[in-house]
Amino acid sequence: MNQAVQPAKMRKAKETGVPDNAAFLHPVLAKNLGAWKYHDRPRPGVLHHVAKSGDEVWSVRAGTQRQMDIYTIRKLCDIADTFAEGRVRFTIRSNIEFMVTDAAKVDPLIAELEKNGFPVGGTGNSVTMIAHTQGWLHCDIPGTDASGVVKALMDELYDEFKKEEMPNRVHLSTSCCEINCGGQADIAVIVQHTKPPVINHDLVANVCERPAVVARCPVAAIRPAMVNGKPSLEIDETKCMCCGACYPPCPPMQINDPVNSKLAIWVGGKNSNARGKPTFMKMVAAGLPNNAPRWPEVAEVIKNILAVYKEDARPWERLADWIDRIGWPRFFEKTGLPFTKYLVDDWRGSRSTLNSSTHIRF
Amino acid sequence: MAKKLHDTPNLDQLESGPWPSFVTGLKELAKERDYVVDLLGQLETSYQTRKGYWKGGTVGVFGYGGGVIPRFTELKDESGQAKFKDCTEFHTLRVMPPPGMHYDTGTLRQFCDIWEKHGSGLIAFHGQSGDIMFQGAKTENVQKAFDEINEMGFDLGGAGPAVRTAMSCVGAARCEQSCYNEGQVHRAVINTFLDDIHRPSLPYKFKFKFSGCPNDCMNSVQRADMAVIGTWRDNMQTDDELAKKWFAKHGLDELVNDVVSMCPTRAIRLKNSADVKAGDKISSVAVNDTQSLEINNGDCVRCMHCINVMTGALAPGNDKGATILVGGKSHLKIGGLLGTVIVPFMKLESEEDIEELVTLAQDTIDFFAENALEHERTGEMIERIGLVNFLEGIGREVDANMVATPRTNPYVRTDGWEDEVAKINAKKQAA
Repeated sequence: MNQAVQPAKMRKAKETGVPDNAAFLHPVLAKNLGAWKYHDRPRPGVLHHVAKSGDEVWSVRAGTQRQMDIYTIRKLCDIADTFAEGRVRFTIRSNIEFMVTDAAKVDPLIAELEKNGFPVGGTGNSVTMIAHTQGWLHCDIPGTDASGVVKALMDELYDEFKKEEMPNRVHLSTSCCEINCGGQADIAVIVQHTKPPVINHDLVANVCERPAVVARCPVAAIRPAMVNGKPSLEIDETKCMCCGACYPPCPPMQINDPVNSKLAIWVGGKNSNARGKPTFMKMVAAGLPNNAPRWPEVAEVIKNILAVYKEDARPWERLADWIDRIGWPRFFEKTGLPFTKYLVDDWRGSRSTLNSSTHIRF
Repeated sequence: MAKKLHDTPNLDQLESGPWPSFVTGLKELAKERDYVVDLLGQLETSYQTRKGYWKGGTVGVFGYGGGVIPRFTELKDESGQAKFKDCTEFHTLRVMPPPGMHYDTGTLRQFCDIWEKHGSGLIAFHGQSGDIMFQGAKTENVQKAFDEINEMGFDLGGAGPAVRTAMSCVGAARCEQSCYNEGQVHRAVINTFLDDIHRPSLPYKFKFKFSGCPNDCMNSVQRADMAVIGTWRDNMQTDDELAKKWFAKHGLDELVNDVVSMCPTRAIRLKNSADVKAGDKISSVAVNDTQSLEINNGDCVRCMHCINVMTGALAPGNDKGATILVGGKSHLKIGGLLGTVIVPFMKLESEEDIEELVTLAQDTIDFFAENALEHERTGEMIERIGLVNFLEGIGREVDANMVATPRTNPYVRTDGWEDEVAKINAKKQAA
C-alpha cells in the first residue's frame, strides 16, 4: 500500500485477534466449562447435556441458509432473546443452536423455529446441513454455484435432516471446483472439468506471472510459448487432466465451461477417528451435468446412495465403515453406479489403492 | 425503495421447497438496495451461462495486507461498461469468530446494523475457514465497516499466503468428551501469529484447527496444517449407573454388536463380572448385576466409538492432553494429505503446557517459512523432504507413534545406526 497517498487520519487497526468467548457463552455453559458428564438426544434436533454439577441444558439445533440476510439474523436473535437467554452458537455446518435450561421451553422453541421456516434437526444419525463454499455468488473461479446446490439438495433431504434414521451421521459437502473447499465428507459433490482450459493469448502476458503458472500444474503440462507474436503459455493436451489449477493464478486460462464442466460424486470421507482411522473420500461417479438451478441428476445419485446405505448398513457404520464391510464391488452393484476405468487411481501413491490380495467377496 | 428487480427465472426456482432460501433473503435485501438488485442480476446471469463473473484485485484496510477478499465484476457489455452497474464491487471481510462460534444477540444485532449501513446486508455464518463472512461491500465502505467491527473487539482473519483463521469445537463449553480447553488454546496459539495473519508473507497458507477429542468435529486431520486433537493417556473413566441405564434401554444385542464387536482393536470384552481381570491398564463397567465390560486400555487407540455409543458410562480418562498432527491439506497440488503425528501426546493444562504448543507452532512455521517452496503446503514440504528431516529441522525426536508401519524398502543409508542406538540408550539411562 502506498503510504504517501494515505490520509494522515487513517484509523490504526487494533490487532486484537481472536476474541475471548467467555462473554458470549450461555451462562450455564460458562458455569460448567470442562465439567460435563454425559449427553443424550431426547428427539431429533435436540441434545441434552448433563453436567457433573447436575445442571442440565437442552440445545435445539436448526438449519439455516448460511448466507443470511440481516432480517433473518435478527429474527433468529428475537427467538434467542425470547427463549434462550440471548445466546446462540453455530456449528461447523452452519446450523444454529439455542441453549435452554428449562425442558418446558424446548417444544415452544421448536415450534417457533419451525413456524419461521428453520427446520429443527441435524443431530445424531441424521443427514445434516451440507458444508458448502461460495460459488457464483462470490468466488472468482467457480465452476458452479454453492448456495443454490445446497438449497436444492437440502430441499430433497429435508426429511432426513429432521429425522435420525440413518445408520450413523451423514456429512455432505459441495465444492465448486476441484480445490474442494467443501472438504471431505461421507458424500461430496465436486466440479470435475473434462476439457483443458481455453487460453486467451491476448491477455496472458499482462495478467499472469507465467513461471508461477507453469509451476502450479500438477502434471507439468504447461510451458511458456510465443503465440501470435505475444508471450503466452501453451498446454500439452495429452498430459492435461483438466484439474483447473492453472486458472486461479491465470484467469485467461478459462477452465469453466457450461457443458464440459461436470459434477462428480465422492463417498466415504471421514475425519473422525471413531472405529477406523480417518479416510479420504473416493470418486464413484462423474459426468453429471451442471444443471442449474436444481441439479436434479446430482440429487438423484445422492438420494440413491443414501437409500442403499440406509437400507444396508448396520447401526453406527458410517458410509466408509459400511463399504469396508461389503466391499467396493458390492457398493457399485447395490447402487447401480457403473465402475468405469476412470475410477482406478493412477496418481502418485495409487498402488496402495489397488487390491494386492485374493480378498474377493463372491 | 430500490429499483425494480431483474427477471430471475432460475433463482426464483430456489425459493420453493422447505429449506431456508438464500434467494428469498437476497430479495428481501433488494427491496431497499439497488446494490442487491444488481447482485441478483449478475447471479441470475451465472445461472443462465454457468459462468462466474467475479475477479480478484487489491482491496484492504489500513495497516493490514489481508483479510479482505476483493471482488470486481467482469460482466461487461461490448463497450466495457458493467452490465449491472450498481453492483460492480462485492468485497468480503473475513472476521475471526470467538472460539466455538458462540454469540450473544447484542453482538449479532450490532453486526447486522454495521452491515446494513456499510455493506449488502448479507452475512455468512461461517465460511469454510471458520470466518464470519461479511459479504458484499464497495471499496469505499470496507474501511468504514472494518473500523466499526474492530471497535467491537473483532479482528480480521487470514487470506492468501498467511496463517489463517482457526476453528475450535464447542468443546469444554458443552461436551463431556472435551480433553482440553479448546478456546483457551485456540486463542493462545492464533493470537501469537497475528502478524502472520494480517500481513501475508509465508510460502502459502497455514491453518490450525482445534478439536477437543478424536471425533475431530473440526475436520482438522484433513484441513489443518497443524491439527490439535484432544486425547488422554490413562484409563477410560467408567460409570456403572449410566452403563446399567444404557443396558436397560438398549439390551444385549446392541451391547455386543454396536459396542464390543465394533472396537477396532478388540480392546473390549463382555465378561461375567466375577471374571474381570485386575491390572493397571484394565478398566471395567458393570452393565447389569452379573455382566461387565472389561477394557484393556493398553490396546485401546482412543477412537471414541464406545464412548460415543455409551456416553457418560464410558468417558475419556483424567490424564488429558492432545495429539499434534501436521500436514493435512486438500487436493492441490500433489493430492490430498491427511495430517501426520508429530507429537503423540502433550499436556495442555498449565500456562507452560500451552506455551510449549505455541513454541512448537512457532518452530513449525519458522521452518515452513524458510524451507517450503512457493505455493507449497506444509504437508507437501514434508512429502518432499521426508518426515525425519522436518523433525530435525524443528528439533523434535522421532517416535514409533508417528508411523503406520516402519520402512518397507531398503533404500536408505544406515551408517549412522550405532550412533542413533547409542543416543537412544543414553537417553533411556538418563531417564
